[in-house]
Amino acid sequence: MRTKLLVLAAALAPVAAFAAGGEAHLDHANIDITNKASLQRGASNFVNYCLGCHSAKYVRYNRMAADLGLTEQQLIDNLMFTGERPHDTMRIGINADDAKRWFGVVPPDLSLIARSRGADYIYTFLRSFYADPAKASGANNIVLPGTAMPHVLWELQGVQEAVWAGEPANAQGDVRHEFKEFKLATPGKLSPEEYDDFVRDTVNFLEYIAEPAQLQRRALGFPVIAFLVFFTLLAYALKKEYWKDVK
Amino acid sequence: MASTSKTAKAAGGRLAALTGWIDDRFPMTKLWKEQVSEYYAPKNMDFWYFFGSLALLVLVIQILTGIFLTMNYKPAAADAFGSVEYIMRDVEWGWLIRYMHSTGASAFFIVVYLHMFRALLYGSYQKPRELLWIFGMLIYFLLMGEAFFGYLLPWGNMSYWGAQVIVSLFGAVPVVGDALTEWIRGDFYISDITLNRFFALHVIALPLALVFLVIAHLMALHEVGSNNPDGVEIKKVKGPDGIPLDGIPFHPYYTVKDMVGVGVFLILFCLVIFYAPTMGGYFLEHANFDPANSLQTPPHIAPVWYFTPFYAILRAVPSKSLGALLMGLAVVLFVFLPWLDRGKVKSVRYRGPLFKFFLASFAISFLALGYLGMQAPTPLFTNLARLFSVVYFAFFLLMPWYTSVDKTKPVPTRVTYHAH
Repeated sequence: MRTKLLVLAAALAPVAAFAAGGEAHLDHANIDITNKASLQRGASNFVNYCLGCHSAKYVRYNRMAADLGLTEQQLIDNLMFTGERPHDTMRIGINADDAKRWFGVVPPDLSLIARSRGADYIYTFLRSFYADPAKASGANNIVLPGTAMPHVLWELQGVQEAVWAGEPANAQGDVRHEFKEFKLATPGKLSPEEYDDFVRDTVNFLEYIAEPAQLQRRALGFPVIAFLVFFTLLAYALKKEYWKDVK
Repeated sequence: MASTSKTAKAAGGRLAALTGWIDDRFPMTKLWKEQVSEYYAPKNMDFWYFFGSLALLVLVIQILTGIFLTMNYKPAAADAFGSVEYIMRDVEWGWLIRYMHSTGASAFFIVVYLHMFRALLYGSYQKPRELLWIFGMLIYFLLMGEAFFGYLLPWGNMSYWGAQVIVSLFGAVPVVGDALTEWIRGDFYISDITLNRFFALHVIALPLALVFLVIAHLMALHEVGSNNPDGVEIKKVKGPDGIPLDGIPFHPYYTVKDMVGVGVFLILFCLVIFYAPTMGGYFLEHANFDPANSLQTPPHIAPVWYFTPFYAILRAVPSKSLGALLMGLAVVLFVFLPWLDRGKVKSVRYRGPLFKFFLASFAISFLALGYLGMQAPTPLFTNLARLFSVVYFAFFLLMPWYTSVDKTKPVPTRVTYHAH
């Protein structure tokens, strides 16, 4: 209770103290939510590389397939591996207690990650892992220093090393202000450009699952507003007509 | 042809008979005439007079969308966040209903703030409209309560911490502060119990009171009559038939005019719903897409934009209790405007330079405080917030002085109106 009040008091006045994490430079993800091929590749990336540890518990398989232009058979053959049914949501088998023991934290559900963090954040995050022997997972991240997440995609990207400007950092967590650039130490299966595209497709998919209705929403906007413009013009003409009497 | 007109006449006869039957038992036609078709409104009402009918429209939108949201929402800590996502993903048109409701919340405050500013511009709170103004202010207070209670319901992390911060303000009350916050939450922290009671207040208690007050507001308005941009009482100059010479029946003149306002409003409203439902984090905050987490605050806690002017005042004061007090005062002072204003004229058109200066500086300080309340406080911003808080309060507290010494212009006996 005491600690909670302290946290609260701190939250009340100097809110800036908490405003960490937003300082790292974010690269523009440049995604396109209407690109179905990209979304399909992203879905494949997601179920192969993310869904082992991260759930997307609000995302229903068959709705996703329909939005991405896939048949149910294509969905079952390519995107479902562990015996779920097409109307199930993307839950995972990992036990929360186990996950906590292995990683220190339970990997967060990714249904809404693109809405809470933004596409650019995830795009930059997935490209900013670097080798750090001090970490148990062997990898650290410029965007989220000290992250519990291992570099799951190292096989594709290869291993990057961080190049620091000025003095090499000694303390953990305080290094990003001096960060200069990445150097690819061990090349991966993909070239840097291919890797960026791989991440872009994945982020595009995350953006889609964060709000599946957005495809419908934008499509519906034009006819609705066109009707309203017509209605308003009509109402204006009617008003003009009535108000002719008012002298 | 003959038979068609005969049927039409018969149908009309039946309708008239039905109307008569009802009118013998319920004052339907009488009410319609008194409140709408023979309610005489000044013919010179301008742009600023759209926002009353728009506020009514938004109230209806909120109630209707709210009913449908309630059918699918679960007011329990374990289910609330998931049920909102269920609405967004699995309920037919759920996303549209939810965005209408969330955008409606911000739209409500936009139209109400403009509606209130109109009252300041044209002195609509002055005698004989004091009670009309007080009903309006009570509506505004209830609206703030509605927004606050409703904001907890999605059970996002900003919902949680926003409620935590605001409820904790009651802890600033001397002696009973801690007991009071516990009583409000129903628990030692914001919990399932708090969510449940906020839900009850949001979906029935406050809306019910809101609807009653809106009715009282309209009844008071139709009793005293609408003010107008000239601040002239049209009832003072009546024709031989007893109808104000500058008055026109609300229906059809203002109903057709308000329809244009409704059209323009809905275009803007739909642009937000379909193309920018979060408004870049101003209408739906990013941190609220993370579920409530009692162990981790969002990176930057700030209320939704419509509360930020008052939040900036709260933060500008070094002492928490004094800050909370001033924040409350900043909201409540509006109620006393009819008595703070000693001016002999109503409308800004005939007021003197002092009033114009103070009104303009008040409007600027309100917007500036709104901006500052959204930002993380830096020393510069905190000092600016202090400056604008002083300007904000000066508008109210110096009003008896500057309205009585101000050099006003002569007010015409009739409204100014140029036919289009």
